[in-house]
Amino acid sequence: MVSIGAAVKEPGSTRKNKTGSWRTFKPILDKETCIKCENCIMFCPEGCINKDYDIDYDYCKGCGICAEECPVKAIKMERE
Amino acid sequence: MVLKVMSANQAIAEAVKLANPNVIPVYPITPQTTISEYLAKFVADGEISAEYIRVESEHSAISAALGASGTGVRVFTATSSQGLALMHEIIFAAAGLRAPIVMADANRALSAPLSIWNDQQDSISERDSGWMQVYAENGQEALDSILIAYRVSEDHSVLLPSMVCIDGFILTHTVDPVDVPEKGDVDKFLPPYKPDHAYLDPKRPMSIGTFTDPNYYMEARHDMELALEGAKDVIANANAEFAEIFGRKYDFIEKYRSDDADTIIVAMGSICSTIKDVVDEHRDNGEKVGLVRVRVFRPFPTEEIYDAIKGASNVGVLDKNISFSVGGVLHNEINAKMDVKANGFIVGLGGRDIKPTHISEIIEKTKNTTKTTQWIGLNKEEL
Repeated sequence: MVSIGAAVKEPGSTRKNKTGSWRTFKPILDKETCIKCENCIMFCPEGCINKDYDIDYDYCKGCGICAEECPVKAIKMERE
Repeated sequence: MVLKVMSANQAIAEAVKLANPNVIPVYPITPQTTISEYLAKFVADGEISAEYIRVESEHSAISAALGASGTGVRVFTATSSQGLALMHEIIFAAAGLRAPIVMADANRALSAPLSIWNDQQDSISERDSGWMQVYAENGQEALDSILIAYRVSEDHSVLLPSMVCIDGFILTHTVDPVDVPEKGDVDKFLPPYKPDHAYLDPKRPMSIGTFTDPNYYMEARHDMELALEGAKDVIANANAEFAEIFGRKYDFIEKYRSDDADTIIVAMGSICSTIKDVVDEHRDNGEKVGLVRVRVFRPFPTEEIYDAIKGASNVGVLDKNISFSVGGVLHNEINAKMDVKANGFIVGLGGRDIKPTHISEIIEKTKNTTKTTQWIGLNKEEL
């Protein structure tokens, strides 16, 4: 049921829209190579990389900024 | 009752003063300008306590109106022609967000060629937006229609914006005796706006105007269709209560000597006053001619119009607009929605004078049914 005027009356509704389905290229992070500099965490526009360097593929759109910013090339973009 | 002589623009400003909106974002444009001027004066003189926002364009005027309505207050704005066209994007958004904004439109031709004079192309071109539309015949009806518009738009079963349309110059700049109702009576008819569907309040957080994916959009639009169709009952009730309090009875359509008529003219707005005179002349000659004036154009009063015209042998529909290669919009909607074969006539574009002789010419031409839309009043030497 859509509310009148499609107003959203509960917080967190954007989590329902799993934008990971938009992805064409998937970032694969090699934790052996990673130097834990936090660049990818800071640059990810979607907040999809946590402090353990796990990537949330439900919402990662595959923009590739993390791979671009990684100073040791620990992240590779692979076609889905 | 004290009748005052005023233009329809002033009558609308008086109605807005009585409705007492909280926010008035408005940008002046001919021939609406005096509405914005009267309202600016009312605010400056402390006659109303509204926030008057001097915006930089019509796109901003309707955007500010929508934003203000989103905070849960009553809003008014007014425009015309190019200004309404510039508002187009937000016109649709206001209806979709179910903001009960009331706007006056001084009907004026759309460019090009640039024209400041009257036709109804501007508001007719916004007919698919989800706004309600009323076309007034005179200043009194313009005033009353603003009050009824707030009442209907703000009804919790409707929550759609309303456009009150008045013919540019013909109504906006000519004066008429108008009864300005008492504030106490207006307060009885129009209670304060109390929204509960969508408004921004930190105590009850919500998001309005968000992106919707294909799972939600179609239902939201379907709800609008149901709300606009359902508005017919609300309008009927509001009209009845208005008549009780103020003694003036409005309906979706006005029937003028049409009950036993063989030939019926259908039209909207100020031209209907001229048509009534011509109908009287033809009646004096023993011809059974009548007029059906469409007041409420959205929601479209299909049953009311059909009941009024189905008994006539000849029906002619006048349009001060043109949907190129199709014809006049009112004409085509009547033929599409009803089991009638009405003739269509394009008249009065860009302020072209519509004379009684033109109406008689239309009455004559209506006797032969044709699918071809006929343009009346063209300068033959220019063709």
